[in-house]
Amino acid sequence: MSTNKENQGGAPFDLGGFLTRYSMVIALVIVFILFYFLTDGRLLYAQNMSNLLLQNGYVLVMACGMLLCILTGGNIDLSVGSVICMVGGVAAVMITNHGFNIYLTILICLAIGVLAGVWQGYWIGYVRIPPFITTLGGMFVFRGFGRLILDSKTVSVQDAAFLNIFTAYIKVPGLDTDTRILSPLVIGALVVVFIFYSTISSRANKAKKGYRQNSALTDFGRSGLISVVLLAYCYLLSQYKGVSVMLLWVVAVCLIYHFITSKTAFGRYFYAVGGNEKATQLSGINTNKVYFIAYANMGLLAGLCGLLCLARVGSVTGSTGTSFEMDAIGSCFIGGASAYGGSGTVPGVIIGALLLGVINMGMSIMGIGDSWQYVVKGGVLLVAVIFDVVSNRKSGK
Amino acid sequence: MADIILEMKSITKEFPGVKALDNVNLVVERGEIHALIGENGAGKSTLMNVLSGTYPVGSYTGEIYYNGELCQFRTLKDSEAKGIVIIHQELALIPLLTIGENMFLGNEKKNKMGHIDWDRTYNEAEKHMQQVGLYESAQTLIKDIGTGKQQLVEIAKAFSKNVKLLILDEPTSSLNDEDAKMLLDLLMEFKKNGLTSIIITHKLNEIIYCADKATIIRDGSTIETLVKGVDEFSEDRIIKGMVGRPMDDRYPAREHKVRSEVGLEVKNWTVYHPLYHEKVVDNNISFKVHKGEVVGFSGLQGAGRTELAMSIFGRSYGFNISGELYLNGEKTELKSAEQAIRHGLAYVTEDRKTNGLILGESIRFNTTLARLDKVCGNGVIDTTAEQKVAEDMTEAMGTKTPSIEQKVGNLSGGNQQKALLGKWMFTEPEVLILDEPTRGIDVGAKYDIYCLINQMVEEGKSVIMISSEMPELIGMCDRIYIMNEGELKGELSAEEATQEKIMSFIISADD
Repeated sequence: MSTNKENQGGAPFDLGGFLTRYSMVIALVIVFILFYFLTDGRLLYAQNMSNLLLQNGYVLVMACGMLLCILTGGNIDLSVGSVICMVGGVAAVMITNHGFNIYLTILICLAIGVLAGVWQGYWIGYVRIPPFITTLGGMFVFRGFGRLILDSKTVSVQDAAFLNIFTAYIKVPGLDTDTRILSPLVIGALVVVFIFYSTISSRANKAKKGYRQNSALTDFGRSGLISVVLLAYCYLLSQYKGVSVMLLWVVAVCLIYHFITSKTAFGRYFYAVGGNEKATQLSGINTNKVYFIAYANMGLLAGLCGLLCLARVGSVTGSTGTSFEMDAIGSCFIGGASAYGGSGTVPGVIIGALLLGVINMGMSIMGIGDSWQYVVKGGVLLVAVIFDVVSNRKSGK
Repeated sequence: MADIILEMKSITKEFPGVKALDNVNLVVERGEIHALIGENGAGKSTLMNVLSGTYPVGSYTGEIYYNGELCQFRTLKDSEAKGIVIIHQELALIPLLTIGENMFLGNEKKNKMGHIDWDRTYNEAEKHMQQVGLYESAQTLIKDIGTGKQQLVEIAKAFSKNVKLLILDEPTSSLNDEDAKMLLDLLMEFKKNGLTSIIITHKLNEIIYCADKATIIRDGSTIETLVKGVDEFSEDRIIKGMVGRPMDDRYPAREHKVRSEVGLEVKNWTVYHPLYHEKVVDNNISFKVHKGEVVGFSGLQGAGRTELAMSIFGRSYGFNISGELYLNGEKTELKSAEQAIRHGLAYVTEDRKTNGLILGESIRFNTTLARLDKVCGNGVIDTTAEQKVAEDMTEAMGTKTPSIEQKVGNLSGGNQQKALLGKWMFTEPEVLILDEPTRGIDVGAKYDIYCLINQMVEEGKSVIMISSEMPELIGMCDRIYIMNEGELKGELSAEEATQEKIMSFIISADD
C-alpha cells in the first residue's frame, strides 16, 4: 500500500510531498517572478505592493467566509456581491443623506449583513433548499434592495471619520514623520519575534511530551522564510505611506478565521460535515446548525466587505460588488479547497487570493485589458482545480 | 449426459484481508431453476458477480464454462451478450423515466439518423412486457408502478437482452406473498420454454416450491448440492446444510455476570418509514437489556433491526416514532443523536464508510468527533490532549496504523472498524449498540472486537449486538431476540439458542 510510504516527520526530505503540499505557494512565486520580469520590475514598486493587499482586501475577507460554505460540501454563496451593494448603499445613504452617527451606521450595516446571511442560512440549513438556488435568489433580491436604497444613483461618502476607520494610514507619533515612516518595520519586527518565539516554544512543548516533530531545519526554515517575506513587505510599506487600517482589518479577519477553522471545535464541524454529513449527524452534531452558521457568517463578512469597499472607493452605485463573489469562490478553489467540501485552509485561500491579485495587478501594469484578465483568471482557476482533482486521484482518495 | 449450460470450477475470489470465495463449484443444467442458498456474507452475490463479469476475469481464479466454452468476461456487457442477465436485489430502475426508457437504457433503439426511435422503443417494450404478464403502457413512469411490477420490468428488460440464463438476487425480498408467488409461477412458466434461472433467496419455502436443485454455500465454500426427487429436499435439511459448521472457540470465554438492574428498556416501540410514511418498519417492539448483559438481535436483512437501533439512538431514523424508552429505569426522551450520546448511548453503525467514519480525515479527527467537547476548553481544541486521546484509543483497540494522522480511508476494513469502535469508546457509553460489528473483517480482528465486548459487560455496561451471523450471536450473547419484517418474533436464552431454532423463528414468520 502506498499509504505506508506517506511522509512521516523526521524522514529524509521528500521532494514529491513538498511539491504537492506547497504547489500553490510555488505557483504564486513563479507567477510573481514572471510578472516581475514582464513588468520590468514595476510589480515590486512599493505603491503596487501596498495596493496589492488593499485592492484585494475585500476578496480575502469574503474568501474566509466562503471557505466555511465550501467546506460544508462545495457549497457556494452567490449573493455576497449583492449584499455588498446593499450594505454599502445603506451605509452611504445613512451617512451622506441622513447624517447618522457613523458607529451606529457601522453596527446597523453589519446587522443587515448578518440578517441577509441568517435569511439564507435558515432556508439552506433547516429547510434544506439547495445553497445554489437560495443564494442565487439572494443575489437578485439583495441587488434589488441595494438599488432601491440608492434610488439608482451613485452616492458618495466624504465623512472623514468614517473613511478613517477603514482607510487611514497609521501614524505613530515619534516613529512616523512626513519624511520617514518606521512603524511598518517595527510592527514587522515584533511579528517576526513572535513567530520565532512560538516556533521555539511549540518545539520545546513537543519535545517535552515526546511527540514526533519536524526536523529543526524544516520548522526554522519555514519561520525564517515567512519572516524574510514579511520584513521585505514591511520595508516596502514603509516606503509608501505605511500600514493602512484596512490592512489591519483584513489581517485580523484572516487570523480569526484561521484560528476558528484550525483550532476550535465548531470550526472542525465544517470539515466533518463536508467529509461525511451522515456520520457527523450520528456523532451528535447538529449539521443543520453548521450550514446555518456558515451562511449567517458569510452575511456578516459580506456586510463588512460592503463597508470596506465603500470606504476604499468612496461611493456606491447599483452595480457595486458585481461578480465579487466569483473572486472569493475562485480564491478558495485555487487555494486548494475541495470542490466536494471537507478540505481547505485559510492560509491556502490567502495564497489563492494573492495569486489572482498578482495576475490582475501584473496584467494591469502591463496595460492588458480586462477581457484578457478574465481569460487568464478563468484558466488559472480551472488548472488549479484539475491539478487538485488529478493529484487526489493519484493518491487514491 | 445432462445438458450443462453453466459450470463454474474452483472459483476463488479474495478481497483485501478476506477470502470471499474459496474453491467454489457450481453446475447448472439447461432449463432448471437452481437455488443458491447461504447466510448473508456466505458469498452468493460475490459468486454471481464473478459470473456476470462485474468482477472481471483476472480478479478471481478458477474457470467458467458456459455452453461448454470457456468464458472470460471483462464487463457486464460481455456476459449479457451471451445471454446471462443478473437482476440485483436493489432494482436498477430510474424512477422518473418510463418503463420503455428504462428497459432500453444504455441499449437504446435508434433509427438510421441516430435518434432514438420512440415508436420502436415502446412497441418492443410492450412486447416484452406481455411476455412477463405485465399489462401496462410502456410510457408509464417507473415510480407509478409498485415494486412487484417493477420486478417484472426488470425481467422484461432481461428478455429484451435475449436472456438465456437469468440470475435473480433476492427477487422476492421486497414483495408481498401474493406478488412473490406470482413471480415464482412466472419463472416456472419460463422454465417450460427452456429458460434457465439461478435464484438467490433466503426464503426456504420458495426454494421448496420452485427450485429443482439447491446449492448451499457457507463461508465462501460450496457445501453440497441437493436435487429435488433424489435428496431429501426439505427446509430442515437445507437449514442443516446452511448452518452446519463446527463451533470452535472463535469466541473468547466470559463469565456471565448479568446484573438485575436494567440498563435500557424499550416499550411498544413503533417506527414508520421516513419516506413512505404509511409503511411500518418496526411494529410495537418491547425489549430490555440488563447491565452486564450482551443482547443479540437476529434476523434477515430488512427485518428492521438497524432501524430499531437508529430510532432509539436519538431518533436518527424513522418517522412518527412512538413508544417509551427507559434508561436505568428512568423514562427518557432522546430527541437527537447528541442527547443520546449525552445519556450514554453509542451506536456503532453497520455501514462504517457511509454512516460511521469520515474517510478523508485522520484517526485523530475521527476519534474525538462524537465528544469533541472532552478535549476542548472554551470551544478551543487542546491539540495535545486530543493527540493523547487518539493514541490511547488506537492502542486500546489494537488498531494497526503508522500514525494517528493516517486517514482512516487508507486503513483496512478491520482497522477501520477498530477506529470506529475507538471513536465510540471515547464517548464512554453505558449502552453500546453494535450493528454488524464484524462485517467484512478478518477472524483476528473479530476476536479483538469480541474481547472488547466482554470487557464492556464486565464493567457492568449493556451491549446490544445486531448481527446476521448466527454463530456469532450464539457465541457472544446472553439472550437473543429474533426479528422478522419489523416484528419481534421470539426470544431465546444463551442456553437454548441454536441456529436451527433461530432459523425456524425466522422461517415460520414467513408463512
